[in-house]
Amino acid sequence: MNRRQLIASVAALTTISLAAPTWAQDEPLKVGFIYVGPVGDGGWTYQHDQGRLAVEAEYGDRVETTFIESVPEGADAERAITQLALAGNKLIFTTSFGFMDPTINVAAKFPDIKFEHATGYKRAENVATYDARFYEGRAVIGTIAGRMTKSNKIGYIGSFPIPEVIQGINSSFIHARKVNPDVEMKVVWAYSWFDPAKEADAAAALLAEGVDVILQHTDSTAPLAKAQEAGAIGFGQASDMAAFAPTPRVSSIVDNWAPYYIKRVGQVLDGTWTSEATWAGIGDGEVVIGDITDAVPAEVKAEAEALRDRIGAGEYHPFTGPLNKADGSVWLAEGQTATDQDLSGMNFFVEGISAELPQ
Amino acid sequence: MIDPVALFLLLLSASTPILFAALGELVVERAGVLNLGVEGMMITGALAGFAAAYHTGNPFLGFAGAALAGALIALPFAVLTQFLLSNQVASGLALTLFGLGLAALFGKPMEGVKAPAMSPGPLGLNWIVWLGLLMVPAIWWFLNRSRAGLILRGVGENHDAAHALGYDVRRVRIAAIAFGGAMAGIGGAFISISTVLQWTEGMTAGAGWIALAIVVFSNWTAPGVLAGAWLFGGVTVLQLRLQAAGVRVPVQLLSMAPYLATIIVLVAISARQKFSRRAGGTAPGSLGQDFHALR
Repeated sequence: MNRRQLIASVAALTTISLAAPTWAQDEPLKVGFIYVGPVGDGGWTYQHDQGRLAVEAEYGDRVETTFIESVPEGADAERAITQLALAGNKLIFTTSFGFMDPTINVAAKFPDIKFEHATGYKRAENVATYDARFYEGRAVIGTIAGRMTKSNKIGYIGSFPIPEVIQGINSSFIHARKVNPDVEMKVVWAYSWFDPAKEADAAAALLAEGVDVILQHTDSTAPLAKAQEAGAIGFGQASDMAAFAPTPRVSSIVDNWAPYYIKRVGQVLDGTWTSEATWAGIGDGEVVIGDITDAVPAEVKAEAEALRDRIGAGEYHPFTGPLNKADGSVWLAEGQTATDQDLSGMNFFVEGISAELPQ
Repeated sequence: MIDPVALFLLLLSASTPILFAALGELVVERAGVLNLGVEGMMITGALAGFAAAYHTGNPFLGFAGAALAGALIALPFAVLTQFLLSNQVASGLALTLFGLGLAALFGKPMEGVKAPAMSPGPLGLNWIVWLGLLMVPAIWWFLNRSRAGLILRGVGENHDAAHALGYDVRRVRIAAIAFGGAMAGIGGAFISISTVLQWTEGMTAGAGWIALAIVVFSNWTAPGVLAGAWLFGGVTVLQLRLQAAGVRVPVQLLSMAPYLATIIVLVAISARQKFSRRAGGTAPGSLGQDFHALR
């Protein structure tokens, strides 16, 4: 069977399943996932895979899931997504920012297949996007970081200078400085989502600079290991990273994709799926603050939890004016909050961060 | 503002995995075998070493286990290339893929647990860093001053001549491949036991390929390997350190530097070869060629 016949038969199958819904019930819905790292990264990809397993647990025989892990962002991604599409998957989740264009390209060739791209901003008739408001979690751990630092230097290991990561740096800095006006933020870019050795080296470089609290937006536990050696503290990223509790891991931001995946798969099953942009946060249970350990003083813990609850209840937005950009120009006036559009294109540091933002 | 001594200590630590792997590969290539499986042997060592350290509670036993596992996983490559005369490039690539897959599979139970911490040695660097530095003069001495090293180089330069002189080419090469595997295993285990303290799939993240590049960069000498490992490790550390200090330098330029240096060295080597009488240049004469004894 050549590819054209295959596509044609896939298309034909779809038509049949649409025309005869009772028959389609017997066929499990095939759902595919593309991961940027290995399932065992203990962070980002691990959490997406937990979401996939939750879908299987929820729908049992009605779904059949597959995944391809460690797919590099770039041209190879298009091949991997196409492979899942040809394998008969009707819903495909592509779970990293760099899969954005490949997802859009493949989706154009398979109009009958539904795609969901994580953390991107390009949508189509059959491509939805979803993201989590990580910056809400960053506000909470930024508060803890500001209270816990003794050297008044906080380090941040960034992956790539993209809006999602920049929001996190700004949010944690704003809230660290709110509770500790002397705090400084040092930023190191690893230019990788997952490279344990490099993340460890980045952490070592920050520690050599006098940093005693490390925040990370990369996926491995290496920075925590380095922090432990130096007696510094850090936070679990994407996953709970509980192996490093109670210290150096004093808390964590956990991405909980399961509710979203269950909801969207359910919508495909009952035919109500539409392309939309979802951006859920603490209030929706998609961003979860992991247990704050006893290494954090009780009053700091209470302060952080209160902030978490206010954000979750929608009473407080982490980006509330007055806030200036790093170049001194006004971004948000007193009481004004950032719009989602502002945030999704964020390409500047806020005032007070002296590091340069690579363009 | 950036303490050069502290930076140098960071560099020593960061360059240790690639130094071990590249020294091992140097000996393998000097014996005339091109083993592209370094990445696969490193990841195997990273897992085996971590598992051994975790179960025994002793990091040094972990490194011993890593050396053993690295040597063991290199043996199928030795059998394939030395007895079955299969293509070394393809077999080496297969070894990398095999090692990555095998480690991912057997690594599942090791996910999420922590290795026993290593006690720091002199200058706050652990003993494995010092062992790596010691291996440089040791391997230099072995290759250039010992009889066994002379035989190994003879096998690598011209296997037919070595065979005619009565040396067992296969045996020398198998020993070299096993040694290369053991060194790569230790290098990989340094990442899991000392740098990261956890096992994660794919954690060597391409270090094996850098080690291969360093061997070429070194012009097949032990001091050259050290220089190469320090250059690659040093630039990584320096660019991160400069960022942490808030110095405004284009990171991309620094990241590019080691590769640029490799190209320049390669050009310099080939330019020198143009004027030298030796056709094979500085690479071992029989590198990558199959040996089959006719008599």
